[in-house]
Amino acid sequence: MYPFELHRPASIADAAALLAKTGGKALAGGQSLVAAMKLRLAQPGHVVDLSGLAELKGIRREGDAVSIGAMSRHADIASSDVVKGAIPALAALAEGIGDRQVRNVGTIGGSLANNDPAADWPAAVLGLNATVHTNKRKVPADEYFRGMYETALADDEIIVSVSFPVPKKAAYAKFPNPASRFALVGVFVALSGPGVRVAVTGAASSVFRCKPLEDALARSFTAAAAKAVKVDAAGLNADLHGSPAYRAHLVSVMAARAVTSAG
Amino acid sequence: MGANEQGVIGKSIRRKEDGRFLTGTGQFTDDINAANQSAGVFLRSPHAHARLRSIDASRAKAAPGVVAVFTGADLEGVNGLPCGWLITGTDGKPMNEPPHPVLAQGKVRYVGDAVALVVAESIHQAKDAAELIDVDYEVLPAVVNCVDALKPGAPQIHDQAPGNRCYTWALGDKAAVDAAFAKAAHVTKLDLVNNRLIPNAIEPRAALAKYDRAEDAYTLWVTSQNPHVERLLMTAFVLGLPEHKVRVIAPDVGGGFGSKIYLYAEETALVWASKRVNRPIKWVAERSESFLTDAHGRDHVTHAELALDKDGKFLALRVTTTANMGAYLSTFASCIPTILYATLLAGQYTTPAIHCEVTASFTNTAPVDAYRGAGRPEATYVVERIIHQAAVETGVAQDELRRRNFIRTFPYQTPVALTYDTGGYDACLDEANRMADVAGFAARKAEAAKRGKLRGIGYASYIEACGLAPSNVAGALGARAGLFEAGEVRVHPTGSVTVFTGSHSHGQGHETTFAQVVAGRLGIPVENVDVVHGDTGRIPFGMGTYGSRSLAVGGTAIVKALEKVIAKGRKIAAHLLEAAEGDIEFKDGKFTVAGTDRSKAFGEVALAAYVPHNYPLDKLEPGLNETAFYDPTNFTYPAGTHICEVEVDPDTGVVQVVQFAACDDFGNIINPMIVEGQVHGGVAQGIGQALLESCVYDAQSGQLLTGSYMDYAMPRADDLPSFKVGTKVTPCTHNPLGAKGCGEAGAIGSPAALMNAVHDALAAVGVKNLDMPASPHRVWQAIQSAKRA
Repeated sequence: MYPFELHRPASIADAAALLAKTGGKALAGGQSLVAAMKLRLAQPGHVVDLSGLAELKGIRREGDAVSIGAMSRHADIASSDVVKGAIPALAALAEGIGDRQVRNVGTIGGSLANNDPAADWPAAVLGLNATVHTNKRKVPADEYFRGMYETALADDEIIVSVSFPVPKKAAYAKFPNPASRFALVGVFVALSGPGVRVAVTGAASSVFRCKPLEDALARSFTAAAAKAVKVDAAGLNADLHGSPAYRAHLVSVMAARAVTSAG
Repeated sequence: MGANEQGVIGKSIRRKEDGRFLTGTGQFTDDINAANQSAGVFLRSPHAHARLRSIDASRAKAAPGVVAVFTGADLEGVNGLPCGWLITGTDGKPMNEPPHPVLAQGKVRYVGDAVALVVAESIHQAKDAAELIDVDYEVLPAVVNCVDALKPGAPQIHDQAPGNRCYTWALGDKAAVDAAFAKAAHVTKLDLVNNRLIPNAIEPRAALAKYDRAEDAYTLWVTSQNPHVERLLMTAFVLGLPEHKVRVIAPDVGGGFGSKIYLYAEETALVWASKRVNRPIKWVAERSESFLTDAHGRDHVTHAELALDKDGKFLALRVTTTANMGAYLSTFASCIPTILYATLLAGQYTTPAIHCEVTASFTNTAPVDAYRGAGRPEATYVVERIIHQAAVETGVAQDELRRRNFIRTFPYQTPVALTYDTGGYDACLDEANRMADVAGFAARKAEAAKRGKLRGIGYASYIEACGLAPSNVAGALGARAGLFEAGEVRVHPTGSVTVFTGSHSHGQGHETTFAQVVAGRLGIPVENVDVVHGDTGRIPFGMGTYGSRSLAVGGTAIVKALEKVIAKGRKIAAHLLEAAEGDIEFKDGKFTVAGTDRSKAFGEVALAAYVPHNYPLDKLEPGLNETAFYDPTNFTYPAGTHICEVEVDPDTGVVQVVQFAACDDFGNIINPMIVEGQVHGGVAQGIGQALLESCVYDAQSGQLLTGSYMDYAMPRADDLPSFKVGTKVTPCTHNPLGAKGCGEAGAIGSPAALMNAVHDALAAVGVKNLDMPASPHRVWQAIQSAKRA
C-alpha cells in the first residue's frame, strides 16, 4: 500500500467537497478499494471515509418502494425485516454475496459505485428498475450503469440511497465462478406492474438487460419459457471459467431457475 | 504389548499441539522477530523469458530507508541451487542440470524469477525501492507447455539443456511388453493430462536470517519441512559455509504438502545478505508470490496402453509421459516423475510386464516438484483411469476387473523394481463397496435421473510407496541424500521424557502421535512426553518430513532409541533389585524380577541413572539418554480403495460429489483421529485437483493466469461431502511399529476415483475422455462436443 491521507468528513457536503478538492477516492466498505490498494494496484493520494455519515444509513419502506441507505452493509440488508417482507429476493441476494466477513463490511453503495462486472447488486438495481439517489440527483437504473467499472456518477458524487420499487415477484439466481464465487452469470428476474425485467451480471463487461428473455417471460412467466430462449453469445466475456457460449447458455438456465424460485 | 501400551496406542487422544494453535499462541516464522531486524523484498521478473540487458539499482539504493540492494552480479562465489537427485537417461548420460542461480544472472526464465533483493528498514520502503530498480529486459519468446517445449523451434531456455530436454528415462522390460501386446485379446488406449497444481499452504513461505558477528554464525528461521536438509544443501552446495556455524530452525509451520521441502532462493539470499548488511532480514511471501514461486505440482502429459487377455487379466502396461520441470530443477524435481512414478505403475495388480518412458522438459514456468503424493497420484491416475476405461470397453464390472488382477501373495516383486511386503487389497475393496453401498447405486442413479441429474460411480484402488528407502539403493538410483531418520529419547531424572525427532510436523500431529508411541512403550502418561522437532541446534541430524514417512521411519528411529533406553533401564533395575539382567521384565512402566512382585518403576530407574549413588558405575555410564538412526530396508506400501459417487447437472456442467468412501490400509494405527484427519485433508486436496484446481499459464506470454484465488479454485467445505472413512490393517513387516504412513493416501486415490465417477456419469451422454479438472465449463463443453459428435 502506498501512503495516502485519510479524511473522515461529518457531512455529505463535506465529503463531496473533499472529493472535489483532493481528487481522492470515497471509501465505503473497502472490500474492493482496500484490496486494490494493498496490492498497489490503486494509488489514491486521498481517501474519504464515508462511514461517519448518518444520512447514508438506514433501511425504510417508503410507499411502494424500499429505500436502502448506501452504507447499509450486505449483512444488514440480508437480515432486514423490511427487505425480507417487501422484496425477499434482495435479502437472498445480499445473503449470497462473498462470505460472512465480506457481508459484514461491504456495502450496497460501495458495490454500486464500483460497478464490478461480476457484482450482484447491479443486477438487482437494474432488474427492479431501482433509482439511485445521490447527493446531486436521482438516477434511474437504466441510466446508471455505463460499462465496466463505469457509472453515471461524477467524481464528487456520492450515492445516498437506492430506492427499489416493490415487485409482484422477483428472484436472483447466481452461477458462481468456481474460484472467486463472484457471479459467472447472475440473473435477476422481476415481474411487476409495468412488465418483466431481466438483468444479467457477470456475463459481460457490465450488467445488462436481456430483451429476449424479458419478451419471452412477458408472454409466459415460466421456467420453460426462459429456458427456451437462446441468448446471443456475441459480446459476452471469455475467460478461464467460461466461454461466451457457456455464459449465454447459463443466462437462460439461471433465468429459468430465478423464475422457479420467484414462485 | 502391555496393558498401558494397549491403552495409549490406537487411541484417539486429542492433539497436544492444538492448544497453542487454537489459542493463537503458535510461533510461526513471521511471529519471530530479532532486534534491529530489516525487511527483505524480492524484485521479480514480470516476463516469462527475457535477457537481462542491464540492471541499474542506483535510484533504489538512494531511496529512503534502504539498507542494501543485491542483484545476481553481487552473488560472486555463491553457487546455484542444487538438485538432490541425479537421473541417468536412456542414453546413459546424466540429466541436463542447468544452473539455478539464487538471483537471476543473464536471463530470467519465468514470471516471478527473483532479480534483486532489496533490504530496507521497513517492508514499505523496500517495496518502494524495488520499484525504482531499472531493469532493461530483452523479452524473448516463451514456452509453458511441457510437450511444446520439446518441439523443434521451441524457445531455448537453457544453453545447457538443448531442446529444453532434461532427460529421457525409462523403466521396465520393453521387449516383454511388446510381446504381451502382440498376443493381447484387448488393448485399451488412453491419453491423459495430469493438471498442474499450486500447493497453497495456509502459511506462506517465510524466512528470518540473522548473522552473529561475535560467533561468525548464522541462524535461519524458515518455513521448512526438513531443516537439516535445508542446512546441508545451503551450506555445502551453495554458500560454502561450515555447517556448525549455521542453525536452521523450522518453528511452527502452517502446512507444506511438499512445497516446503526444497531449498529456495529466498532464504539462501537472506542468509548470504544477513552477513553483508550485518542485520537480521525477514522476508514473508505475499500470497501472490506464493502462487508465482512456490514449487508447483504434477503437470504430466501421458499416453497409456493396457493389454488384457480374454478373461480380463492384465498382460502389460505401456506408458509414455512428458513431465514439466519448470524453468529450473527444484530440489527433488527430477525423481518425482521417474523414481516415484514409474515404479508405482503396477498398482495393486499382477500386470507381469510394464514399460514406462518419461521425458522431462524445461519450460518458462515456476519449478515443479513434489506435491502431496508426488509421482504416486500421477501413477495411480494412469493405472486407475485406464482400468476404468478397460472395464467399460470389455463390459466387466469395475470392482470385478480389479479383483481379477489383484496381487494376493506377498512379498511380491513387481516388474517396476518394487517389492511389496504385505497387503490385503480384497479386504479394502470389499469394505469400500459396503461403505459406499454400491449395491444401492442403481436405485440412486434412477432417482437422480428423475431429477435430471446424471449419477456416476468410480473406483480407485491405489497403492503408494512411502518411507523412501533404503539409502544405499536410492543412492545407486541417483539420490544425493540419505533417507534415514534420527530420534533421541532424553529421559529426565524424574522419569518424564523429551523426544527429539528429525521428522518435522507442519500439521501432522507428531507431538501427539510420537508421544503416544513413547508413552505406550515406557508405560508412562502421554502428558509426561514432549516432542521437539525442527531445530538443527537441538535435534540430531534428521531428514525431515515428506512422502508419508514420519511414523514409519521417524517413529521407528524413536522406537530404536526407546529399545536402548529400556535395555539400559533393565541393567539398572537388575542392579537395584539385585537380580540377573536376564530375569528383568519390563512391562506397564515397571521393571520386574520375573515371577516375583519385586519391581522398580520406570521413574525410579531414571532417578537412579541420574543420582547414581546405588549404581553399577564400574559397568554402566550414568544417565538415560539414547539416540538412534534408522535406515529402512524397504518402502512401506499403504493401499486402499476409494469409491466416489457424483451427480452431474447437464444444464450447467456442475459436478457434485455426493458420496466419498475410502477404505485404507495404513498398517498399524497409533491415533485413529489423526489418521482420519489426514485422510480427510488428502481427499479434499484430491477432490480439489479433480474438480477445481488448475494452474494455467498463458501459452504466448507465459503469464500466470491463475495467480490469485480469483482464478485458482481451491476446494471449500461446501464442495465436499461428509467422507466415509474406514481402515483395514496388514501391518508393515519391516518396521517395529507395523506402520505404513497415511499422509498422502487421500490425495493419491481420490482424483482417479472422482474422474472415473464423472466418466461413468457422462457415459450416458457420450463423453469419452475428459481431463481434470472437471470444472463446470469443461464438463458442459464436453457434453456439447459429445452431442455434436
